[in-house]
Amino acid sequence: MARTRFGTDRGLVTRMTATLFGLGLLYVILAALLYALGFSAVFVIGLTGAMLLAQWWFSDSLALAAMRAVVVEPAQAPQLHAMVDRLCAMADMDKPRIGIADSDVPNAFATGRTPKRSVVVVTTGLLRRLDQEELEGVLAHELSHVAHRDVTVMTVASFTAILAGFMARSAMWGSVLRDRRDQTAVVFLVVMLVSFLVYFISFVLIRALSRYRELGADRGGALLTGRPSALARALQKITGEMGRIPTRDIRQMEPVSAFAFAPALTGGRGISLESILSTHPPLERRLEQLARISAEIGER
Amino acid sequence: MGFLDAVMGRRQPAKPNLDALFAVPSAAITLQVSMDMQPTGRGSVAFRAPEGRAFADVEEQVRALLDADAGPPVEVAADGFGFTWLVVRTEPADLAAAVTDLHAVNTCLVEAGFGPQLLCSQVSFRDPNDRVLALVYLYKRGTFYPFAPTGVEQRDNILELQVRDLLLRELPVEQDLSRWFAVWSAPGL
Repeated sequence: MARTRFGTDRGLVTRMTATLFGLGLLYVILAALLYALGFSAVFVIGLTGAMLLAQWWFSDSLALAAMRAVVVEPAQAPQLHAMVDRLCAMADMDKPRIGIADSDVPNAFATGRTPKRSVVVVTTGLLRRLDQEELEGVLAHELSHVAHRDVTVMTVASFTAILAGFMARSAMWGSVLRDRRDQTAVVFLVVMLVSFLVYFISFVLIRALSRYRELGADRGGALLTGRPSALARALQKITGEMGRIPTRDIRQMEPVSAFAFAPALTGGRGISLESILSTHPPLERRLEQLARISAEIGER
Repeated sequence: MGFLDAVMGRRQPAKPNLDALFAVPSAAITLQVSMDMQPTGRGSVAFRAPEGRAFADVEEQVRALLDADAGPPVEVAADGFGFTWLVVRTEPADLAAAVTDLHAVNTCLVEAGFGPQLLCSQVSFRDPNDRVLALVYLYKRGTFYPFAPTGVEQRDNILELQVRDLLLRELPVEQDLSRWFAVWSAPGL
């Protein structure tokens, strides 16, 4: 029986499960609260669901438009296509479309509802800065996002947060509780507080989930190319430089930032507000994991 | 990939399917009879060499194994995409022997745990008009596709489709045309 060197990371899987469980639990609590208050929960949930569905369905066109990226055909970018062709053949997955965004900020992201409908976008700044091996590492990372269906998972996961945000806002306008004038003030306050709390907790959990998905994609990408150190080099090049670039333009595009290769902000170690709220794990954490994978692969 | 893998953000690496390679010699006879395409006796296997000591050892073993017989030595070539190609040649052209050599390479890599690193294999053919044809084998799909380069990054799609129709009953031919990726100037072509 042939053994494999390309296993899964149990620790990462456990942490991801815990996060998902937390999100699910939160959703149940929220649903119970809605039910106890007895207002038209179906309407709120339906509306939120429809909004998310639309966002998920059009994720590729939305992101392409937001980044002003264009989809390129094999004739326009033969090298890039050939690289993705080979990676897809190794991973046995459908080839996504490829886009190029004309921006000097070195970054890459993947989005789309299904692997075949997905699009992997790289910026011209990334193409200019990375050598071939590093670029391949970044592409493999993005292809892993596609294969792991991260857009779908994160969309589903963000359901509670959006729902809670909705409730907090409706409570503020007071429209939800129009019929219960006698106790309006108290209930109003409670709903608002709980909603804000739920929103905050789910926000933190979603960000944690996002960080775990990033580590998962790093791992998948490194195993696919067999060169964790090339990905590590790419990360160092990009995040090192990106720290100096004003973060504003990237953070404005929240949905894009969630699947970008590296975010504009890098946090330190330990539990700071920044490390809890960032969408990507800190650089050292990612490099540490890549070094571990490199050792696993190289073991005799 | 299962639902659970998607939720967990992981993926089982694709395992290669090795046995379909042995169907090539009989398909080659069909190519000879119907299209006058003669096997050149050359074939090559492409894989991604991962970093680290372990793989370097395996690569060394594979070369030693293939060079143990009397034939011409195995060539190692790197392409522009970071893949390593081991080229086996047989003199006079003996397709069955070439396929056996290719299979030996695969088996060595798989047994050492590097099966997911295999990209593709190819055996090449040539007709009297000097048209070149390669049968490329995709390990992860277990399918073949024809590749007929005609010059600088140009391929003869008509010939490729003819070959596909010809071999449909003999080989598992890749049905998804978007997976017929070009292997320009692949070593051993």
